[in-house]
Amino acid sequence: MISKRSFKLGDWVFFNLTRLFALATLLLLAGIILALCIGAWPSIAKFGGAFLWSREWNPPKEDFGALVHIYGTLVTSLIALAIAVPVSFGIALFLTELSPLWLRRPLGIAIELLAGIPSIVYGMWGLLVFAPVLGNYVQPMLTASLGRLPLLGGLFQGAPIGIGILGAGIILSIMIIPFIASVMRDVFEVTPGVLKESAYAVGATTWEVVWRIVLPYTKVGVIGGIMLGLGRALGETMAVTFIIGNSDQLTSASLYAPGNSIASALANEFTEAVSPMHTAALVELGLILFLITFVVLVFSKLLLMKLSSQEGRST
Amino acid sequence: MISDRIPRLFRYAAALVLASGCASLQAAEITGAGATFPAPIYGKWAEAYQKASANKINYQSIGSGGGIKQITAKTVDFGASDMPLTPAELDKSGLVQFPAVIGGVVPVVNIVGVKPGEMRLTPALLADIYLGKVIKWNDKTIAELNPKLALPDQGIAVVRRADGSGTTFIFSNYLSKVSGEWKQRVGEGASIQWPTGLGGKGNEGVSAFVQRVPGAIGYVEYAYAKQNAMAYVLLANAAGQFVAPNDASFKAAAAAADWSKSAFYEILTNEPGKEAWPITGATFILMGRVQDRPAQAAEVLKFFAWSYKNGAKMAMDLDYVPLPDNLVKLIQNSWGQIKDASGKPVYSGK
Amino acid sequence: MTLDRPRQRKLINVFALTMSLLAVAFGLFWLFWILISVFKLGVGALSWTLFTRMTPPPGSEGGLLNAIVGSLIQVGLATLIGTPFGVLAGVYLAEYGRYGWLGRTTLFINDILLSAPSIVVGLFVYAVYVARVGHFSALAGVFALALIVIPVVIRTTENMLVLVPNSLREAVYALGTPKWKVITKVTLRASRAGIVTGVLLAVARISGETAPLLFTSLSNQFWTMDLDKPMATLPVTIFKFAMSPFADWQRMAWAAVFLITLGVLGLNILARILFRQKHGS
Repeated sequence: MISKRSFKLGDWVFFNLTRLFALATLLLLAGIILALCIGAWPSIAKFGGAFLWSREWNPPKEDFGALVHIYGTLVTSLIALAIAVPVSFGIALFLTELSPLWLRRPLGIAIELLAGIPSIVYGMWGLLVFAPVLGNYVQPMLTASLGRLPLLGGLFQGAPIGIGILGAGIILSIMIIPFIASVMRDVFEVTPGVLKESAYAVGATTWEVVWRIVLPYTKVGVIGGIMLGLGRALGETMAVTFIIGNSDQLTSASLYAPGNSIASALANEFTEAVSPMHTAALVELGLILFLITFVVLVFSKLLLMKLSSQEGRST
Repeated sequence: MISDRIPRLFRYAAALVLASGCASLQAAEITGAGATFPAPIYGKWAEAYQKASANKINYQSIGSGGGIKQITAKTVDFGASDMPLTPAELDKSGLVQFPAVIGGVVPVVNIVGVKPGEMRLTPALLADIYLGKVIKWNDKTIAELNPKLALPDQGIAVVRRADGSGTTFIFSNYLSKVSGEWKQRVGEGASIQWPTGLGGKGNEGVSAFVQRVPGAIGYVEYAYAKQNAMAYVLLANAAGQFVAPNDASFKAAAAAADWSKSAFYEILTNEPGKEAWPITGATFILMGRVQDRPAQAAEVLKFFAWSYKNGAKMAMDLDYVPLPDNLVKLIQNSWGQIKDASGKPVYSGK
Repeated sequence: MTLDRPRQRKLINVFALTMSLLAVAFGLFWLFWILISVFKLGVGALSWTLFTRMTPPPGSEGGLLNAIVGSLIQVGLATLIGTPFGVLAGVYLAEYGRYGWLGRTTLFINDILLSAPSIVVGLFVYAVYVARVGHFSALAGVFALALIVIPVVIRTTENMLVLVPNSLREAVYALGTPKWKVITKVTLRASRAGIVTGVLLAVARISGETAPLLFTSLSNQFWTMDLDKPMATLPVTIFKFAMSPFADWQRMAWAAVFLITLGVLGLNILARILFRQKHGS
């Protein structure tokens, strides 16, 4: 029989064990952020807020500004999400509702395999194999079609060399598909059958079941999966640096233009940065990346709260 | 189920950690880090040295700045940098430097119909292209120099390095020497603010961009230009001659240099000498002046002494230029500066 | 509702399902394109010597043995450390601390750190460990990789645990089970598949990471099993070889990529078999 003492002991031990690990995690993670703040301090003190909107990046003259990097990071990640989220949703839908049982595991493993390809391979493959195809076939096509539209067309102008923000965004989208799709599939699968069956019973189509029942039920998990993918996209270094063109100029809104991203600049310049101000500016770039993630996270929490508050209302 | 497997896995892991703790004590294990440029030849020498002496010299490329940082922090036994430190900087960090091997940086182009060694450029023109002032291949100034070439009405796509690198340092140092405007506007360094151009990652990235973009011009280490059969450019050197980049012209640049300066602080760009290639550079080894691990330091010096003596052919096979003998003598004499805590030199010459 | 409504809904359904099929085709298309390109580039170097010789300088005969073993050791240890860390912390966040300050703060900071560029993690470990100890080591590399595994595992564990319906927990409590047994024997088991996915994704990610290792375990031209020395890994070797001008090194780099991909595939299949969820729920 379970004695009252072992009852309490087991619970006490387990509770404190997990709490210890959570605390240790918090300390470690906070330690990283603190180390970044300390490292970035000289740059923060010198440039202040102007760091965020200055386009200068001049190591010999020690004049630094993050606008080009912030722009590149945000735009490439946005492109990546715009492609990866619908595609991942489609994959998760297929894996949970449409696919025959024998195909589920192999297909799932195949999609997860995309996550196992080293990021440097995405970079080099992107540069050597993908960029030529993008530049020779896809970009001219886009310029001819979408490039004609009044406002949106400005995004698709310029020399079609394949290298640049668009190329980097597409490569990123492929990299984050396995993360978002796998998590979506897992959360879709744990939706209680009773919910789906009741919907089918009143005559809903497969699409309606997924869109109106499964997705709202799992929205926290889905957003979590998207955060996982977004995190990867924002912080990806190797894949982006090969194909983004690493230009420190921000002169055109076109997606064909080369740009720079925070992670790419960090990786490229950190090892060679000899002056302390250069190093501090790079660390501050890293801190800004965390700031961007913070802002995105707050937005996602607000979004979730808004969606939750609409539950139970009649449509 | 999972809870059954974990204890066993932990036991295996613990055993592995314990077993690996028993390090081998006979052969020396040296760690060096720094410039990417000489990494292939240091690796080649290390392989041969290990066969000859059983000592392991592990060199890894993390960038010249990384090499300087790590040797200053004493996390490695020696550092390597394509940029020499000034005597003042050496004093401040308590370091000693000496050159190890020499190589060249080569401008390459991608223009239809232009073969390797056909395009001629003057230093001023090269600087203007990289400043963004000359923007088309059929510009008058280029056409005058190359009357026999059919230059297209094509925009010049400038390609340079995205990552900080010693190669960039050598290239920008050269442009600073030959163009007052470059020196004032941009300056020199491993990382600079380029007035124009696409940034490729590493020599590989620059090669790929140049091969990819029509009308491109870039700069790469000689080995890349040679191995990929790229269209290299003939440059006018300080003596006014148009020279091609090859072993002979790199050697001529090294021979024309004055190495008697203190701490071997010598940048080989734009050397006088009829046959000298104007964008040549030596790569340097950095070590601490006062060693708290004198045995390790002695092993490092033994390795380089061996490589100077036996590694010349290996260097040339990989498109590097070994140092001239008189320079090697000067270097080995300078090793008396590296002392242990009690003031005794770590290397006696044996 | 108009008369056309049922047909309209049917059409939307067919459209949506076709799009999802196209999405799968899209994903597989990239996978096969990349794998085939890599295979073509590296097939020239695939041979048994890859598994028997050490990494060579250019122009010499060699293989990838020290890099393969180094990767196995470092990725293995990092997973061994990071997984229990992440799962236990995730359990706290989902089961005990969902509404407390510790739980909410840790979860928030964890999500921020998911986007940390891996080079930042490597530099952190360099600053607090390598610089203190005075030399590079495989152990530092293991710490850096573990710091990448932990946020991913925490995220997926917490994700899956909160989705376990409370009715399941209540049913088990009603039997008089202590909370820790409810969690370990029921809730964790119910979300097992998702947690395993999280671990696999993390392992897949770290087996291909280069940047965090550059300042921690560095790399090693020679063989070593000593955790306190620099150790070679496949990603760093790939980085070095692929970025060189030497054709033999480049071929070896692509062959190494192929090995990593095969390894991750094998691990994936193995883990799915070992931890498979018995269907019937």
